[in-house]
Amino acid sequence: MAKANEIKYLTAIKTEKRQKKYCRFKKLGIKYIDYKDAEFLKKFLNEQGKMLPRRITGNSLKYQRKVADAIKKARQMAILPYVTDLLK
Amino acid sequence: MNNANFKPLDLLILIMNQISKTLDISTEIATYSIKFNPNKTFLCVLYNLPLQPKLFFKSKNREMNNYELMVIFTPVLSEDEFKASQKKFMDLVSDNNGQIQHNNPWGLKSLAYPIQKKTTGLYWVLEYSAPSDFNEKLKIQLLRDENVLRHMFTALDKYAVEYNAKKRSGVQTGNEKAVEA
Repeated sequence: MAKANEIKYLTAIKTEKRQKKYCRFKKLGIKYIDYKDAEFLKKFLNEQGKMLPRRITGNSLKYQRKVADAIKKARQMAILPYVTDLLK
Repeated sequence: MNNANFKPLDLLILIMNQISKTLDISTEIATYSIKFNPNKTFLCVLYNLPLQPKLFFKSKNREMNNYELMVIFTPVLSEDEFKASQKKFMDLVSDNNGQIQHNNPWGLKSLAYPIQKKTTGLYWVLEYSAPSDFNEKLKIQLLRDENVLRHMFTALDKYAVEYNAKKRSGVQTGNEKAVEA
């Protein structure tokens, strides 16, 4: 007798395999993150000007720290805002 | 020796003379040597070794570090005043044994948020190398200047120096690729 919880599909379910996240700094060999380059730093911010977590950007810890330092410096020098709406 | 009139300074001079006599060097060098490298000097005196001049000259010519200074001036400055303010701080760098690597006035730029009720500012970026104790002196001058809204020092590592040099010469720095990625 077949078990009740055993579900059988007629067609196989699509299970897309997500591409593995990677650290772009390690991959491209970037050693220094410039705090003066606002456009570059905006890659790591959301619309409210908050920093994106590592879970999303995929940065390694070493470079996430450097990004964070650069963003904080840019904020201090009014290159990036502390809080805002519709940054992008 | 009369102990009643004995002063610490006398003792120091006595020691200096003794050192310079023992090691056959001038009193001035002995003073330097004892100031920067007391342990080694005493060892040299004790075992009657020749004192290597390198020891204290290294301490005398302190190592230079690379720094970057970013200043936001008030937007009310005229072109000449802006230049004069830049020159003031640049002279201060060169007066304190510093070397200016690059001077880059960005000019008027809107601020991301108001500072002292001003929405724009005159940006100025200066790259220089200077001894490590120089930034404190420069900081005092920057804080005293009323035209300065804000300033920031950044210590540059070798990668940062490389990046800045590439950026100046217009070569691709590699960071552009990451923007597309």
